[in-house]
Amino acid sequence: MSEEKNKPEPFPGEVHPTSGGGILVSRIDDVISWARANSLWPLVFGTSCCAIEMMSTASAKYDWSRFGFEVARATPRQSDVIIIAGTIVNKMAPVLKRLYDQMPEPKYVIAMGACATSGGPFFYNTYSVVKGADHIIPVDVYIAGCPPRPEALLHALITLQKKIKEGGKRKKIIIDRFWKPENKDL
Amino acid sequence: MTNEEIKNKISNLYPSVTFDETSQWLQTYIESVSFLPFAEFLQNDRELNFDYLFCLTCVDWKTHLTMVYHFTSTFSRHILVVKSQLNRENPVIHTVSHIWRTAEFHEREVFDLFGVKFTNHPDLRRLLLTDDWNGYPLRKDYQDPVNMIKL
Repeated sequence: MSEEKNKPEPFPGEVHPTSGGGILVSRIDDVISWARANSLWPLVFGTSCCAIEMMSTASAKYDWSRFGFEVARATPRQSDVIIIAGTIVNKMAPVLKRLYDQMPEPKYVIAMGACATSGGPFFYNTYSVVKGADHIIPVDVYIAGCPPRPEALLHALITLQKKIKEGGKRKKIIIDRFWKPENKDL
Repeated sequence: MTNEEIKNKISNLYPSVTFDETSQWLQTYIESVSFLPFAEFLQNDRELNFDYLFCLTCVDWKTHLTMVYHFTSTFSRHILVVKSQLNRENPVIHTVSHIWRTAEFHEREVFDLFGVKFTNHPDLRRLLLTDDWNGYPLRKDYQDPVNMIKL
């Protein structure tokens, strides 16, 4: 907690100092969003090589549990975010739709890599591939790359957290620059 | 067996079979009408003993289709590739699923994606595509404007 700004980063709200302590003023919506953003449970879902990068992101070297993603769930009933890690073919599309429908609200979707974003290398001359997972379910965050590096996935996860913390109203993300931490103290 | 021994053995019984040794494995070309007795011979012969069909596929050459079978023997480890040319308009070849059981699904896949009819196949249904699919997607002239397919 930084006393100067009276802002208990990263918790939402303001602290009004009183003798012997302080009073925290916040909004319940912000607190709920803060809690939600910091315990996103991903669904165990991977359809091709992006899933290998996703597993790498989950394991010790990159370790997405630092940001609250460690509880990967094998059932959609208990998960908050689905990371579409890989190609979605026409036969997989109804399965993906069903998994999404089975997830409880609020639910979030990350399209990881070129295939999930647009069909990628299978955009032309393929009879079996869905040209972008957003033809099936709404997507919150897209990641470029084939496959994206674990850093890119972590960036997407942090972007999703920011989107949730701002009440789902994060502006369109500019992708033509490399990500720089907005807070240089981080 | 060495390639030479396999060639001699096959040439004695099937003089019309031609060979090609320019690629990794010994290849043979046989007419599709005499393919079934040839396949049975490959499996039944004591020395050849091709008991394992490790690849079955089809190639579309635009003018014709070619069935490609890769055989090996789990005893002597020699490998033979058998190719058979098919008519593109009415591609028909006898099934080998009663000789090598693995061919049952592979032939269903080739039937699905290339439209080759395998006579006497026990269960020639679609394997991968939906039941109402039109056309054969792995043929070179397959076109689908919706999915932007034009080769």
